Amino acid sequence: MPVFYGTEVASPLMLGTAGYPSPAILAEAFALSGAGIATVSLRREAGHGLGGGQDFLRLVEGLGVRLLPNTAGCHTAREAITTAQMARELLGTDWIKLEVIGATDLLAPDVFALVEAAGELSAQGFKVFPYCTEDLSVCERLLRAGCEVLMPWGAPIGSGLGLAHPQGLRALRAGFAEVPLVVDAGIGLPSHAAAAMEMGFDAVLLNTAVAKAGDPAQMARAMALALEAGRAAHRADPIEPRQMAVPSTPVIGKAFLA
Amino acid sequence: MKLTINGEPRDSAAPTLAALLEAEGLGTARVATALNGQFVAAGLRAQTALAPGDAVEIVAPMQGG
Repeated sequence: MPVFYGTEVASPLMLGTAGYPSPAILAEAFALSGAGIATVSLRREAGHGLGGGQDFLRLVEGLGVRLLPNTAGCHTAREAITTAQMARELLGTDWIKLEVIGATDLLAPDVFALVEAAGELSAQGFKVFPYCTEDLSVCERLLRAGCEVLMPWGAPIGSGLGLAHPQGLRALRAGFAEVPLVVDAGIGLPSHAAAAMEMGFDAVLLNTAVAKAGDPAQMARAMALALEAGRAAHRADPIEPRQMAVPSTPVIGKAFLA
Repeated sequence: MKLTINGEPRDSAAPTLAALLEAEGLGTARVATALNGQFVAAGLRAQTALAPGDAVEIVAPMQGG
């Protein structure tokens, strides 16, 4: 199972907590997913019991999974750093999913601010999980900044498009064979998640594909099955694709009937 | 004095960040705070004085992906 910063987690599925029809369905989805990590955000809390943050905290701490706070919605390194500091105090974890958003329409990472924030947070003792692109130079700089895991996007957040640039993801896997790699964002179907694992990715982080499915709990289960299949397939060393047919049935010994 | 609390213009007489949380009904809640964009650790709230025009952010864990 994947190991992040020296900690082994129970499953290659990292599941988000946003957008479920109800808290009960969220809990059921987590139970069927077997996910080992839940992502959460930080948002403004209203006083006098109006904000809901305290109830949510009880809910996610009752899931029995490790919490990974994010810096979703941050557009500058400074915002992301302050958010990470608040998350560390609130949740008692130095793990942080670092998002610094550049292009708003695509929720694409601002890779320059990302590298800057990753360096600063690593220096402050954070264990940074950067939401990044599959660009090799960017990923190299994130590693140099102190990151020990990389989380390239599959496709834009919430799009459900799957793996938009499979060749880039394969190149990343080949280029950083020893680094834990997670496909984060863009997954729509279990087959997308399976494809990432077949490539040798260590884990997949998804949210919308489960939370917005007609039956989130059953989709969570389907994702878990797909990840298991993809992981087993990678370990079994898949054949290389080729352009022309190769008979699978032996030719030798065939009766001559022409 | 006039403060901005979670983006809303508000009047408050709270002399410190800790007093403000108490007045907001968040004295015992698990929240994190920032003052003018800088994180303020829970242990420092009682000694963090507020001044007119300060922007305070009070956050809690919420749904996220």
